[in-house]
Amino acid sequence: MGEIIKVGMADMNCVYPPKILVTLGLGSCVGVCLHDRESKISGMVHIMLPYSHQIKNNSNLAKFADTGINKLLDSMIKMGAVKHKIVSKIAGGAQMFNFNDSSDIMRIGARNVQAVKETLKQLNIPLIAEDTGGNYGRTIEFSSESGMLLVKTIGHGSKWI
Amino acid sequence: MAIGINDLNSEQIDVLKEIGNIGAGNAITALSKMVSKKIDMRVPIVNIAEFKEVAEIVGGPETLVSGIYFNVSGDINGCIMFLIDIKSSRILVNWLMGKKDTSIEFDDIEISALKEVGNILASSYISSISTLTGLNITVSVPFLAIDMAGAIMSVPVILYGQVGDRVVLIETDFLEGTNHVRGNFFLIPDEESFEILLKSLGVI
Repeated sequence: MGEIIKVGMADMNCVYPPKILVTLGLGSCVGVCLHDRESKISGMVHIMLPYSHQIKNNSNLAKFADTGINKLLDSMIKMGAVKHKIVSKIAGGAQMFNFNDSSDIMRIGARNVQAVKETLKQLNIPLIAEDTGGNYGRTIEFSSESGMLLVKTIGHGSKWI
Repeated sequence: MAIGINDLNSEQIDVLKEIGNIGAGNAITALSKMVSKKIDMRVPIVNIAEFKEVAEIVGGPETLVSGIYFNVSGDINGCIMFLIDIKSSRILVNWLMGKKDTSIEFDDIEISALKEVGNILASSYISSISTLTGLNITVSVPFLAIDMAGAIMSVPVILYGQVGDRVVLIETDFLEGTNHVRGNFFLIPDEESFEILLKSLGVI
């Protein structure tokens, strides 16, 4: 087992193998994991909101899907990862409360997932696995060694993706 | 110039604490009457927390809790969140329904009972603040989720954290002697509402 590196809300980290990236209690936020299949350099960002340009105060890049994934990719490339060898896995984007009001802000989980997917597509990073949506929280553990993502929940089981 | 989260002085923070104190005090009294138990509360804390710290406040992001969420609207906007740890949720339901269950699973009727606890707490909390400040404030119907504290708290943090990287949580603990019923109230006003709240109490 590698050393465990925690990633907080609106936070990111990248590591060399065999370290394990962990984020606890993801709700509507999305955990995005990037993994270079050859060097095994891996990164995780815990994004809270879809797009930085929709928000006035956007200095924290890790808070948004667009800037967060771009920044994470840059950091990994600086560590020696090669862009075309990078794949992604994502989890989260739940709707924790069953709000009867279906306004955009209340559907933030689904919007986060959509923004993450669009950003990955623009960057030509393949999305090879996801566990998103639902109405429950998730804790995720990403192994840089294997590129496998463990998704744990309360009452909805655990799985490797 | 609007008062931002970072500009609050100690007098203003004291006033926000007092709001938490009065709101929670009334809410606890209402709950106390409903279940005929003596319930105590701690002195409230005003926490100006960074996002990543929020879930730590409630015992770690993976702690299983029930979260009851209300939208607050009117002269001020924001939300109220009650977090009640899972054992305490069971005790509250047992009190209300005259049960002696120990399960941490809740059926539909028990969920309604928990929401009702939330309703009573939220309406007495807000009506006392409303009386104190002379502001017109209303609360929505309750929304309930039983899950990881981090996942639940991410909801208000996202809603009211869009303008900054920190949120103000007016937090009050309550406990009932022998049963150790434990919960937290969070009043999370949006950015503009601080100024309105503080003005209504004459500290700006």
